[in-house]
Amino acid sequence: MEATDSRSSALTVDPSDHVPGGHPLLLRARDITKQYGGTRALDGAELEVRAGEIHGLLGENGSGKSTFIKVLAGVVAPDAGSLKLFDDDVSFPLAPGESHRRGLRFVHQSLGLIPSLDIAENLLVERFALARRSGYIDWRRFYDDAAELLDRYGLKLDPRRPLAELAPIDRSLVAIVRAVATGTEPDHSAAPRLLVLDEPTVFLPRGEVARIFDMLRGLVASGAGVLFVSHRMDEVREYTDRVTVLRDGRNAGTRVTAEVDDSALVRLIVGSQVTPSSAGLELADEHNATVVEVTGFASKSLRHVDLSVRSGEIVGLTGLAGSGYEEILYGLFGAHTQATGTLNLHGRELALRKHTPRAAIAAGIALIPADRLRDGVSGTATVEENLTLNVVGSFFRTMLLRRRELRRRAGELARDYRVRPPNVNLTVDCLSGGNQQKVLLAKWLVGEPSLILLHEPTQGVDVGARADIAGFLQRLASSGASIVIASAEYEQLASLCTRVVIFRDGRASSVLEREDVTKERILSECLRGSAQFAGDQEGGSS
Amino acid sequence: MTITERVETPDVTPDQRGRRPRLIGINGPSLERIALPMTFLFVIVLFSVLRPQTFPTSANVSSILSSQAVLVVLTLGILGPLIVGDLDISAAAVAGLSAMLVVILTANHHMNFVLAVVISLGCACLIGLVNGILAAVMGLDTLIVTLGTGSLATGITAWISNNNTITGLAPTLVKIVVTDQLWGVSVEFYYGLALCLIVFYLLRYTPLGRRMLIVGQAREVARLSGINVNRVRIGSLVFCSAMAGLAGILYAGTSGAASATGGAELLLPAYAAAFLGATTITPGRFNAFGALIAVYFLATGITGLQLLGAQNYVQQIFYGVALLLAVTVSSVIRRTPKPAGP
Ligand SMILES: Nc1ncnc2c1ncn2[C@@H]1O[C@H](COP(=O)(O)OP(=O)(O)OP(=O)(O)O)[C@@H](O)[C@H]1O
Ligand SMILES: [Mg+2]
Repeated sequence: MEATDSRSSALTVDPSDHVPGGHPLLLRARDITKQYGGTRALDGAELEVRAGEIHGLLGENGSGKSTFIKVLAGVVAPDAGSLKLFDDDVSFPLAPGESHRRGLRFVHQSLGLIPSLDIAENLLVERFALARRSGYIDWRRFYDDAAELLDRYGLKLDPRRPLAELAPIDRSLVAIVRAVATGTEPDHSAAPRLLVLDEPTVFLPRGEVARIFDMLRGLVASGAGVLFVSHRMDEVREYTDRVTVLRDGRNAGTRVTAEVDDSALVRLIVGSQVTPSSAGLELADEHNATVVEVTGFASKSLRHVDLSVRSGEIVGLTGLAGSGYEEILYGLFGAHTQATGTLNLHGRELALRKHTPRAAIAAGIALIPADRLRDGVSGTATVEENLTLNVVGSFFRTMLLRRRELRRRAGELARDYRVRPPNVNLTVDCLSGGNQQKVLLAKWLVGEPSLILLHEPTQGVDVGARADIAGFLQRLASSGASIVIASAEYEQLASLCTRVVIFRDGRASSVLEREDVTKERILSECLRGSAQFAGDQEGGSS
Repeated sequence: MTITERVETPDVTPDQRGRRPRLIGINGPSLERIALPMTFLFVIVLFSVLRPQTFPTSANVSSILSSQAVLVVLTLGILGPLIVGDLDISAAAVAGLSAMLVVILTANHHMNFVLAVVISLGCACLIGLVNGILAAVMGLDTLIVTLGTGSLATGITAWISNNNTITGLAPTLVKIVVTDQLWGVSVEFYYGLALCLIVFYLLRYTPLGRRMLIVGQAREVARLSGINVNRVRIGSLVFCSAMAGLAGILYAGTSGAASATGGAELLLPAYAAAFLGATTITPGRFNAFGALIAVYFLATGITGLQLLGAQNYVQQIFYGVALLLAVTVSSVIRRTPKPAGP
């Protein structure tokens, strides 16, 4: 490997690019290049991860992070590049399962779980593949082991439950436990030495994030490394030792997290100045009319919730994982059949038991669901077909669908929402995760709904686009729309909402308003529910 | 509250990233779109050179064009369920039943042919409705449901005909299907062409086409976008059966008779044509003109081979190979790197 060595000395190594104690190198990727048609997803990207560190991989939507990780996993073969894993040079393309054999473990952006199987089958799926000697599986032991695993990582889930039934958050947790646990049991060969997670935390509230990272810290302490992708600055700052930033498939830099401040990091990510805008938040006028009244809402995990929203108001709903606060959104949209109660919207009374998405849309309601690929967009349809689905009827005039106008409208939307690449003929599944999310938002916000329900609206969206989305929502609110956001990202709720309702034990347990709406207050209110305070402050949301 | 505003720096321009992005499905690379028509042309030239006396004759052209009208109509019919994600395999049996009904009603019961046609089509639609209700409302697997109703239709056909071939179809019907000609080709060819135009229009120039596409690609997305998924699915299945009924009437009109097992042999060619058609015009998507081209491509290939002296079984082989090839090609076109998600 003479050639590579001489190359490495020629490279200017970032001065801060070292970890105290000279920890051994786990992974070194060089000059990784990958072209998709005309899109250069990776263009000479590089990365080093050392033992004992949590390394963040950052970058804008579409900057190539997921592609990079797929290259490491051997799912995508790069056009060029070299890879060194532990002490061995590995040549591309990787053989199937090779990176796993060498101790790499992955949680991909789409989790890679199988919804039709139950939790245990998902967790221990590799046992089927590895079933040695006979094809015999001891089912009792199988489920016992799964239960033990779930227990070890503090998940209160029945291993026999089908994965499809789980909330998105529980699915993320199961995916992470699976990745960490695979191969750690005594009867398996290589223990994980490098765990790679692609946006593992999009659904997770802070409490859960902390638990994940406690787990990861333990792993790192035993000499493994962790590489993870995130768009959430707070957790990057809190949990990573170093970060590598990709921009347009190239390296924008590697930094020791503690030595770089937030604004410098953001500048590194977006490659441009991010200046605080002078446009302040226009608070919804206290005297704005209450236009949304939900009374007696009940669903799978909620009982008798009342909620009212004024026109122009942005209300947040949150709670700990499993508190079911997001069920309100789906209930108000008629997406779930179990919901009951009434919704009064601009004086129109709607019974939720018989509610349907069709009726909801007719009443001016929009729902941005969290499970993007199942409920949100069709991956195999084009960006245009997705963007214009809800308004396509209005382009049907004198017996003809005005295809050219439709395309132009879609192009405008893609540009307004900064979908990249801005080509509306691409199918949605060749966009990066964050760009898919922008398509989803644009699809729903284009109809100018009067009640907008959003579940984790900025999941997987980069810092710049987050600000854009916040801007869009605020503009809609100031033009009179009522907005309800269900999210586990307290920081985002704090920055967007004038009122946040916290759920616990199936009820709205407390409400924070105006200056009380801070990240810390939301967190403490959420945790209060799980502590001994339970029982006080009932039904404070009306 | 921090709202941030971004100022693009000159080193990152959006165009730089995605000048020639990858296109899948609609508006795909032009080579893909014209591959089938090009092959078709090549086949025509090839057989014209090999059999200059018999292949490139107006009689042969006219015979290919009119004899395939039945298959064109049936193929257009199964496109509906295919687009919304259902597989209707009762279509050919429904065509057989409808052919038998129209012959029996006019020949044995001396019924007015218009009324007979209406009754046959009505029965076909009824089967489609049953398919739709069982599949969409009851949530049963469409493949199994149509396997059942298809067998039922075949059984009824054999029953009402006493397992015989029935002849004596109303002469008017024969006249307006095959005997009448326009520019040397039986009118039934133009019926198929007209229906193809209608289906093309519905799929491409109405919102319904877009909605059907989303129902087929992502049902939950369609439902949450306010599309009445059940209605779209039932509608497609009824449409398919109605088209199958029409195909059956053309079938009866072409031969003036109906056989107890007639129609069944059309199922595989129809699917072969539908899938082959999905590799052209708008690659990766089922489409009307693609289906039309595919039907005639397959018929031309078979006729040519037969003129070269091939036996009858070449049909089955040819259709089978075409179906497998078409499915393989469209899966390659549609392939997206799924395993690791977005
Ligand atoms: N299968 C594909 N076909 C065509 N282009 C693709 C495909 N997969 C990714 N791309 C393109 O490659 C680029 C990098 O995508 P990638 O998914 O790696 O981004 P990312 O950094 O993970 O973004 P995000 O933060 O939004 O998840 C994007 O421009 C994307 O459109
Ligand atoms: Mg990604």
